[in-house]
Amino acid sequence: MSFCPPAHLFIFTGMEAIALATILQYLVYGLQLGSVYALLALGYTMVYGIVGMINTAHGDFLMIGALGTYFIAKLFDSMSIDGTYPMLAVGCIILIATVMTGGIAVGVEAIAYRPLRNKPRMIALITAVGVSMFLTNFPRALPFIGPNPRPFPTLFTPKTFNVLGASITSTQIIMIVLAAVTMLALDRLVAKTKIGAQMRAVSMDKDAASLMGINIDKVISITFFIGGALAAVSGICYASVYPQVEVYMGSWLGNMSFVSAVLGGIGDIRGAMLGGFILGIAQIFATAINSTFGYAVGFIILIVILLVKPAGIMGKVTIEKV
Amino acid sequence: MKTTNAKTMHPLLRKFGPLLGCIVFYVVIMLLRKADIINGYYMQVMLFAGVNVLMTASLNLVNGFTGQFCIGHAGFMSLGAYGAAVITTMVFKSNSIPEAAQIPVFLLGLLCGGIVAAIVGALIGIPSLKLKGDYLAIVTLAFGEIVRALLRLIQPIGGARGMIGIPNYANFFWIMLFVVLTLWLLRNLIYSSYGRAFIAIRDNEIAADAMGINTTKYKIMSFCIAAFIAGVAGGLYAHVLSFIQPDSFGFVKSADYLVYLYAGGSGSLTGSVVGAVLLTILPEVLRFLATWRLVLYAIILIAVMLYRSEGLIGGKEVPFLRIKRSSLYEQPLFGRKKNGLSEE
Repeated sequence: MSFCPPAHLFIFTGMEAIALATILQYLVYGLQLGSVYALLALGYTMVYGIVGMINTAHGDFLMIGALGTYFIAKLFDSMSIDGTYPMLAVGCIILIATVMTGGIAVGVEAIAYRPLRNKPRMIALITAVGVSMFLTNFPRALPFIGPNPRPFPTLFTPKTFNVLGASITSTQIIMIVLAAVTMLALDRLVAKTKIGAQMRAVSMDKDAASLMGINIDKVISITFFIGGALAAVSGICYASVYPQVEVYMGSWLGNMSFVSAVLGGIGDIRGAMLGGFILGIAQIFATAINSTFGYAVGFIILIVILLVKPAGIMGKVTIEKV
Repeated sequence: MKTTNAKTMHPLLRKFGPLLGCIVFYVVIMLLRKADIINGYYMQVMLFAGVNVLMTASLNLVNGFTGQFCIGHAGFMSLGAYGAAVITTMVFKSNSIPEAAQIPVFLLGLLCGGIVAAIVGALIGIPSLKLKGDYLAIVTLAFGEIVRALLRLIQPIGGARGMIGIPNYANFFWIMLFVVLTLWLLRNLIYSSYGRAFIAIRDNEIAADAMGINTTKYKIMSFCIAAFIAGVAGGLYAHVLSFIQPDSFGFVKSADYLVYLYAGGSGSLTGSVVGAVLLTILPEVLRFLATWRLVLYAIILIAVMLYRSEGLIGGKEVPFLRIKRSSLYEQPLFGRKKNGLSEE
């Protein structure tokens, strides 16, 4: 199991001439990677905020989303013309993959996490490690999936635009906008709607929320569904720009998105978004200097920020009452 | 280890029984090895089980007895492994030193590895102990990954390719000796006044602080001791495998030790031994399943956590790892109902 980003992720090695165009180009790559982290971190942070557990299996939902999309696209093969799909088919593929991953996330919660809700949180973390191991190795052991990487089908045909010498594709724009819009929508959902109020209540005090007539199981299931669905979307985004899917892709992406969620203040939706973009940009720029350093820089930023602001950028320090 | 009631035993047997048991165990294993009933592969698995016991027991000191969350323990292990391997392979060229000097060099290497890990443990402990709970866990995770990335950058020790040609000094005798020494040391530590301070911090940090326990000092001490043991374990690991590379000490390895600890039962040294030994052997036993091996391993792990979440041993100790002060065990570790969120 590798926790290192694959080499094809970072195209730049060695310091090139610093020009505005180069910096802009790095920024585009940073935002692109950051939007993948941000979408994944949103799910991480919501689950943490409501259930209070670190779901280490969250990165594997991304893998399931991407692999699922690959196989569903195979099913829709007859509709494709020269390897490209009509818009309707793309919509169907993405919808099915997203709903399926959300359903798997709900199932995982019901089977593995729900019985442990009142146990110390380390127990839930160990179970999550087991779930992550299962979700990685089960597809790997299935004969028709296996451990080999597969080329991801082209769902969107990208158009390339030129901005001040840096090139940006339509896929990248969709990804970045999608991450921002999802963040805003989730933020509004939690702040304004009825289910959002229920989520906040469960997050604050499960017992009291239960006494007020909130169906805790339902609220937590919905949270896991949203988290799983967002992970699938992020997996599709990732596989669209780095077109390769394999069973191990979830582990290091999951780790990095976890770091982004903590960086922004875990449990805070806007923080997860901010953390994801900061991490993505920092990683791309650091990789331009040295590829190993690019992986470590996220963790170094994390430690520095936690030492200055112990609850992350947007997080609030809670005072323990005795 | 026997499970007879400690109170009915002769005092002399109680005192020297464990030592005698260890010697008998060692002799039996060596005889079986001579008779080739235990082949080289079984021996290798046993050596790794010993290293894993050391790692799990040291992690238990931090997570199980002091109540801190360290999820980057493999970082300390890698520091120890590299520290020891640099001493034995680079400072004293292993193939050019006389036979008699090998063991002192090996021990010196282990000591240096342990000290490096302990110093780094203190360095990471001092600033990060103002963080609590999950945030501390995340800093230790980040620490483990940073160590791994830095080791990949240092070219003289092999960079990402790793170090090869480390002499395999660590035979069954040394592993066994260090396991017994560590368990003995940890048992005595946990029942000393230091250990009571650790347990007080675990049970309620604010109350411990109010009772005049210098919580920061004891937390750093716990981190340092655990890091030292992990460093020694890393040194042994390097001298068993004779090849180390930074990527083998990633988060996966740290997660393995957490799994051993909590599946065996945290807050119990017996649990650490049982968890580490059983879960080291289990994947090897399942090897006939080929690719389905890790699937079944994962299912067993989830089932253990669901149906016996206090761990296989669940906070109990065998008599030899328990000192008479039974009051410490009156309350089962996971007996209290706790709400996951209001735990902090």
